[in-house]
Amino acid sequence: MADKRYGKIAGINGNMVIAEFSDYVVQNEVAYIVHGNEQLKSEVIRVRGNRAELQVYEDTKGLRIGEKVEFTDELLSVELGPGLLGQIFDGLQNPLPQLAKKCGFFLKRGVYLEALPDEAKWEFTPSAKKDKTLRAGQKLGSVKEGIFDHWIMVPFGLNGELQIEAIANKGKYDLRHTIAKLKDEHGNIHNAAMQQIWPVKIPITAYAEKLKPSAPLVTKMRIIDTLMPVALGGTYCVPGPFGSGKTVLQQLISKHAEVDIVVVAACGERAGEVVETLRTFPELTDSRTGRPLMERTVIICNTSSMPVAARESSVYTAVTIAEYYRQMGLNVLLIADSTSRWAQAMREMSGRLEEIPGEEAFPAYLETRIASFYERAGVVRLNSGAIGSVTIGGAVSPAGGNFEEPVTQATLKVVGAFHGLSNNRANARKYPAIDPLESWSKYGSFIDQKERQAAQRILRKGSEVNQMMKVVGEEGTPLQDFVIYLKAEFLDSIYLQQNAFDEVDAATTKERQAHVFHVIYEILETGFDFGDKDSARRFFHGLRQRFIEWNSIEGNTEDFSKKEQEIKKIVSERVKKSKEDAAYGT
Amino acid sequence: MQKIYNRIIQIAGNVVTVEAKDIGYRDLAEITSKTGKSLAQVIRMDGERVHLQVFAGSRGVSTGDKVRFLGHAMRVSFSENLLGRIFNGAGLPRDNGPMLEENMIEVGGPPVNPAKRIIPSNMVRTGIPMIDVFNSLVESQKLPIFSVPGEPYNEVLARIAMQAEVDLIILGGMGLKYDDYLFFRDTLEKHGSLSRSIFFIHTASDPTVECLLVPDISLAVAEEFALKGKRVLVLLTDMANFCDALKEISITMEQIPSNRGYPGDLYSQLAARYEKAVDFDTAGSITILAVTTMPGDDVTHPIPDNTGYITEGQFYLRNKSIEPFGSLSRLKQQVNGKTRKDHRTVMDRMMQLFADYRSTLEKQTMGFRMSEWDKKLLKYGRLFEEKMMDLSVNISLEKALDLGWEILSECFEPFEVGAKTELIEEFWPKQL
Repeated sequence: MADKRYGKIAGINGNMVIAEFSDYVVQNEVAYIVHGNEQLKSEVIRVRGNRAELQVYEDTKGLRIGEKVEFTDELLSVELGPGLLGQIFDGLQNPLPQLAKKCGFFLKRGVYLEALPDEAKWEFTPSAKKDKTLRAGQKLGSVKEGIFDHWIMVPFGLNGELQIEAIANKGKYDLRHTIAKLKDEHGNIHNAAMQQIWPVKIPITAYAEKLKPSAPLVTKMRIIDTLMPVALGGTYCVPGPFGSGKTVLQQLISKHAEVDIVVVAACGERAGEVVETLRTFPELTDSRTGRPLMERTVIICNTSSMPVAARESSVYTAVTIAEYYRQMGLNVLLIADSTSRWAQAMREMSGRLEEIPGEEAFPAYLETRIASFYERAGVVRLNSGAIGSVTIGGAVSPAGGNFEEPVTQATLKVVGAFHGLSNNRANARKYPAIDPLESWSKYGSFIDQKERQAAQRILRKGSEVNQMMKVVGEEGTPLQDFVIYLKAEFLDSIYLQQNAFDEVDAATTKERQAHVFHVIYEILETGFDFGDKDSARRFFHGLRQRFIEWNSIEGNTEDFSKKEQEIKKIVSERVKKSKEDAAYGT
Repeated sequence: MQKIYNRIIQIAGNVVTVEAKDIGYRDLAEITSKTGKSLAQVIRMDGERVHLQVFAGSRGVSTGDKVRFLGHAMRVSFSENLLGRIFNGAGLPRDNGPMLEENMIEVGGPPVNPAKRIIPSNMVRTGIPMIDVFNSLVESQKLPIFSVPGEPYNEVLARIAMQAEVDLIILGGMGLKYDDYLFFRDTLEKHGSLSRSIFFIHTASDPTVECLLVPDISLAVAEEFALKGKRVLVLLTDMANFCDALKEISITMEQIPSNRGYPGDLYSQLAARYEKAVDFDTAGSITILAVTTMPGDDVTHPIPDNTGYITEGQFYLRNKSIEPFGSLSRLKQQVNGKTRKDHRTVMDRMMQLFADYRSTLEKQTMGFRMSEWDKKLLKYGRLFEEKMMDLSVNISLEKALDLGWEILSECFEPFEVGAKTELIEEFWPKQL
């Protein structure tokens, strides 16, 4: 490689710095601004003549015209290897707890630590033999990372078939140690280590093919799994005004979702919420494995007061780590909260570049950026035949709570499921505040299609009756319609809503959902004959009380079946009474 | 080393451009014109062209005026001597006390490492039942008071300042009416709280741009005290003026506005300030209460909207009381479980019944018949508004909880309230 290339600062505007260079520059390469003994990371985002425009990932206070800029020839990259799980990184993959040890309370600019410490040694067990041919992403061996068998793979960037010239024996090595020598089709030898470096803005494509997402991802949130499910390898978005419970919903999903690994990208949101995650997750247990939740979690955290440009990179860092674990045949869920802050970061930069603005001053490329981000989700069949997936769920924070704004609209075009939160539901304390009528999903559910449709029909009709009732009052509503309204309210209050503070109710397994939903379906489909509205209301209120109790009883217990019998008895007695009344009347 | 330049080549709005060399970004300069001296800050550099935002405004600045660069960014003196003092937006004394120049600290420092924050767990008692009982304020929380001009938001702030159990109060006034400034000073003085307070006051008659500095200075000082283990309460009023000053500067700099003329980075700018609220691991804390007047009482306006996405809840001040609906303290769950065992029940049940009262009111206005239950609710609602919501009510949390039971027992039978039997037995007032 050529000697180091340098430039000089020629202009500063917020976090954009203009550097004059004499040699050449590479678009999107990383450059360091040398300010005294500080080195500030930046990225080339536009080149005009001999001036390169850099977005600086740090505060630019104190920088001077004429200061040195050092170009690196490397794109913004992350380190991939064992040791990522359980970590808390900033948007540039600096480990925050280690930074705190080094710098104390504040994030000192220009301090970059290694994401994965070089000196850590991992026990490597080879699985591929010498002379075997492999492709990029195929397994050379593995190390134990917590409960996972962490694959050490052929570097993702290598092309064609590679023959193993040499492979290390079982033993402890550090991450940079060469564990295999690979010969490509042209006879060149490549060294492979346990650690790989990968540029964040380029998807990892070392797999055989991309498949259509079909298996449901169980979030244990009933309203989602039953009515608007997410598929493994699919995408969904959660737009909602402030105070509608976006973050709480995302946190619940990150706790309960049935996936192997969760990557949380806290992008431009409140630090307090991240603190809650990073202080509570180590103490919570993953119900699938019995291990602390933190062991399956990676947190990328670039909160709202941290530098804006790094906010933009944080979602890419997160998705790259997600793709990396997918390559091991694992199901990974990426939760991005919030993609609007990421879009705003793009807008800020676009403004500084004086680009011609699109709607609400967002750049014209907003839609393509959002689309290509969500497109990194998917189910893939790896070169080894194993299946892995990345599911992406993005929170959106629309300005003024108005879903017509550009970020929400651009997101809706590309996602497979839409969980729109409504302020009305949040104000009425109906959580999760996902609007069951406006939201949708293109994926299939594990719940019987016929039963789902029946429930949706009742919700829709119930809401119509409710609207009508606001005009004509309860008195003017026919009893039959009123019963539909009560059924819709009943379904909503005991199934769609979930009490996050109740240990049992907070997460409902797939089996339990199917079981309970069937019971509810039968009630919804039963024609009751009530004498008057009051007795109808009393009946459903009574039923609701029992369901709420049922919801907090642990599944597969005696109490659970007892409650079920009690409910079924009440229903059948009511039906009997209806028939008797009808017979009496005639 | 200080450098003096006298070639101002452009004056536009409150931004002047001067040709200068070897200047640090965000450095301060002092411009001496015939209207006096003013501080200015570098906001953009393009080769030798340095753009300065003039805090006192550019009126009267001549192209031949002297610009002296100070060689550092905005700083403020930090020591115990700040206590009881009053400064303006630029950090200069507004009372007749001496200038403070020792121990200068940087303003607008780096963000706190999230790994050094802890989950907040202390309640800040205010003596206002609508806050203490229903939406408890928590140490290290950042909460705006959304209001409209004419509402007594400054009175509320002053009351909280007097009563809050914190070590230190910092008041940052932006575009404050002079009367309001005097009101704050006199009220705190009367209650002997002035000695634990520091004021940074920008009044409506001061140059607009100067108000941009107020939150930064206030929070920089707060941060230093918090690092020394103090629990600091920062009161900011009115953040709408701060946002409007941001808008003015960004338009002058020909930035492309995003929404109603506000700059695209309004969210980040506000977040950089509000996120200074913190509970340090092994040190003190900063709690922020900030008044934000909503233009046109519209919560979807960019200022309250962006604020709401950043802060941990909000209080709505309407019709001279804190509105129970919409007001929210996101952190209340952290503290209201360990105050008194009936706290959450009183909060939930009273709120639920008050919601029922509101819908009964609606029914009443639409002319529907009032049932016995409706009549009970109407009585309850009136009592609630009178005894709980009225801002003049000033009682401890425990007294407020007792009062809650009293109101409930005056209007309802125990079983109608929906509280657990065990709590009813303990707290329901006994008939004499």
